[in-house]
Amino acid sequence: MLEIKHLNVAVEGREILRDVNLNIGTGETHALFGPNGSGKTTLLMAIMGFPRYQVTKGKIIFKGKDITKLAVDERARLGIGISFQRPPVVRGVKTRDMVSAAMGGEGDEKSIAKLAERADLTEFLDRDINYGFSGGEIKRAELLQLMAQRPELTLLDEPESGVDLVNIALIGELLNELLEKGCPIRKRKCMGLIITHTGHILEYVNVRTGYVMLDGRVVCQGDPHEILATIKEKGYEECARCVK
Amino acid sequence: MREVKSSKAYKDKAKAASAKPAALGEDIDLSAFAASAEEQPYEADPSKLPAKAKEQMMEAGVILEDTSQRSGTYIQMDNTPVHFSSQQEGVEVMAISQALEKYDWLSDYWWQAVAVDTDKYTAHVELSQGNGYFIRALPGKKTIYPVQACLYLAKAKLAQNVHNIIIAEENSELHIVTGCTTAFGEEPGLHLGVSEFYIKRGAKVTFTMIHSWNPEIAVRPRTGTIIEQDGLFLSNYVLMKPVRSLQMYPAAKCVGENAIVRYNSILMAPPGSHMDIGSRVLLNAKGAKTEIISRALTTGGTIIARGYIEGNAPEVKGHLECRGLILQEKGVIHAIPELKGNLAGIDLSHEAAVGKIAEEEVEYLMARGLTRTEATATIVRGFLRVDIEGLPPQLDAELKRAIEASEKELM
Ligand SMILES: Nc1ncnc2c1ncn2[C@@H]1O[C@H](COP(=O)(O)OP(=O)(O)OP(=O)(O)O)[C@@H](O)[C@H]1O
Ligand SMILES: [Mg+2]
Repeated sequence: MLEIKHLNVAVEGREILRDVNLNIGTGETHALFGPNGSGKTTLLMAIMGFPRYQVTKGKIIFKGKDITKLAVDERARLGIGISFQRPPVVRGVKTRDMVSAAMGGEGDEKSIAKLAERADLTEFLDRDINYGFSGGEIKRAELLQLMAQRPELTLLDEPESGVDLVNIALIGELLNELLEKGCPIRKRKCMGLIITHTGHILEYVNVRTGYVMLDGRVVCQGDPHEILATIKEKGYEECARCVK
Repeated sequence: MREVKSSKAYKDKAKAASAKPAALGEDIDLSAFAASAEEQPYEADPSKLPAKAKEQMMEAGVILEDTSQRSGTYIQMDNTPVHFSSQQEGVEVMAISQALEKYDWLSDYWWQAVAVDTDKYTAHVELSQGNGYFIRALPGKKTIYPVQACLYLAKAKLAQNVHNIIIAEENSELHIVTGCTTAFGEEPGLHLGVSEFYIKRGAKVTFTMIHSWNPEIAVRPRTGTIIEQDGLFLSNYVLMKPVRSLQMYPAAKCVGENAIVRYNSILMAPPGSHMDIGSRVLLNAKGAKTEIISRALTTGGTIIARGYIEGNAPEVKGHLECRGLILQEKGVIHAIPELKGNLAGIDLSHEAAVGKIAEEEVEYLMARGLTRTEATATIVRGFLRVDIEGLPPQLDAELKRAIEASEKELM
């Protein structure tokens, strides 16, 4: 269970998120919609605990524990993982090193190779992470690391943007594995929060609830397909009008 | 051991240059160092050398207990060769004094890749005759195991002078690993080393040099390489231990078509260390290529990382990459990449970056569950890990191990 209560987040002294409230029940996956610059990435980064994203008010509670003040790595070890919208290149650090780190340093060559094959990234294991990767390769590399980490709460920042149709299917498949789609709902433990503009990923992943974020606030909550259809048809202006 | 013979002309030039300061680096007062040390006994079995010396040499990549993975060994203590042997037919390893006796033609190579009057250090080497090694692969001879050479400074306050000549005859393949180290921990010493490499047509030489000095030692290597048509010279340099002052700017000249030179340097400067290190390549023949890569890391010392590529022939290609990482506030890295093109149709480029570890990268690794310390160590390890193409796998593994051992000390 993830509970976000009255959360305000500032970046470099500027308040970006205001009074965000959101609950993800155990085993559920939710989606976050919103125009560019509305604060979606900021919310994910704040949940993960990056120091640039300062919580100025409110709380983040994960599995009943207040994690608002925990460091990034502590949250990762508690079971939170993130797929970045734009991860950095780290020269000299290989994809293999990242996968092995995500496995808690326990990954043997064989299991690393197996995972890489699933993400169709075998040839990328010995390349510097994200260096010269295409947009789609970056997304798959992020998922590969999450597959190695196996978080209980997976935060996904536009996992399908820039990905071609064939690879979207692959990404959908990997996501479903991460989010335990194969497992009966009442036994599912894994949670997800997905940012998506296109909604393509909704065709693969079971998303229970959708949110619309406008200007740093969650203004609407409901069936994700319905929300997506409204946005597609009438744009975010309609959301803004509806809220008023 | 007989005297090294060399003509009077070199001696005269050397005398004229004996007070000539080097173009770069702190001026070392040669009179503060003894010119000679007592002779050391020759040891036919290198595993019988003193245990402490062997241990020091091991840190610099020189293995004496079991030399089955070496095609030859040369050990010099101070200014005396104490052991040299070849374990492979077609590879010659001996003291340069002996080689000069044996081969009249060797004088044709004497001071041809490095000028005797470059500065007072080269002059001093010529005038004081401290011996050195001669390593040669006969035509077509391809070795797999490296020849190892060790220059060991046993006596404090001594100037060790060596003059080495390496010849790879046509279509031969030669791998050399050189370790330079010292017996004493805190006392001053001076190492002057002249090395001249001759890479003939189609020959391939890899030269891996590991330096392990102490915080009081000054080092002035002077190296020149001449590469003929289709020849390949791959030079790797590792300096991960403290040194007071080290300045070198080895130069390679591609004189034959399609000659290739690659320099990799991995440098680490703790507080008090001052290093001014570069690689210089002249692409003087059509289709010649070079790549100069350096990684400089400081935890408080100063590193000047230079690089110079000059294109003087059509279709040459060169790339210079210098990356510096400053881990502590007081460290200084000064990257000076230079490119000079003297005609159209050449392709020279460089990239240089100096800075501290990016916080964003550390946090990226932390998001996968690594602690801050682990994340930093992983990034540093990656920074120092240069993928070296063309080294035999075993040598590559030895090199990586040497780097990792020092890196652990650092973290
Ligand atoms: N590091 C930062 N420094 C300054 N402003 C920032 C920083 N990070 C985010 N912002 C600002 O916060 C606002 C929200 O950004 P955020 O990245 O969360 O948007 P987003 O909803 O993810 O947009 P997109 O759909 O374009 O990815 C933007 O106005 C952005 O410019
Ligand atoms: Mg975003």
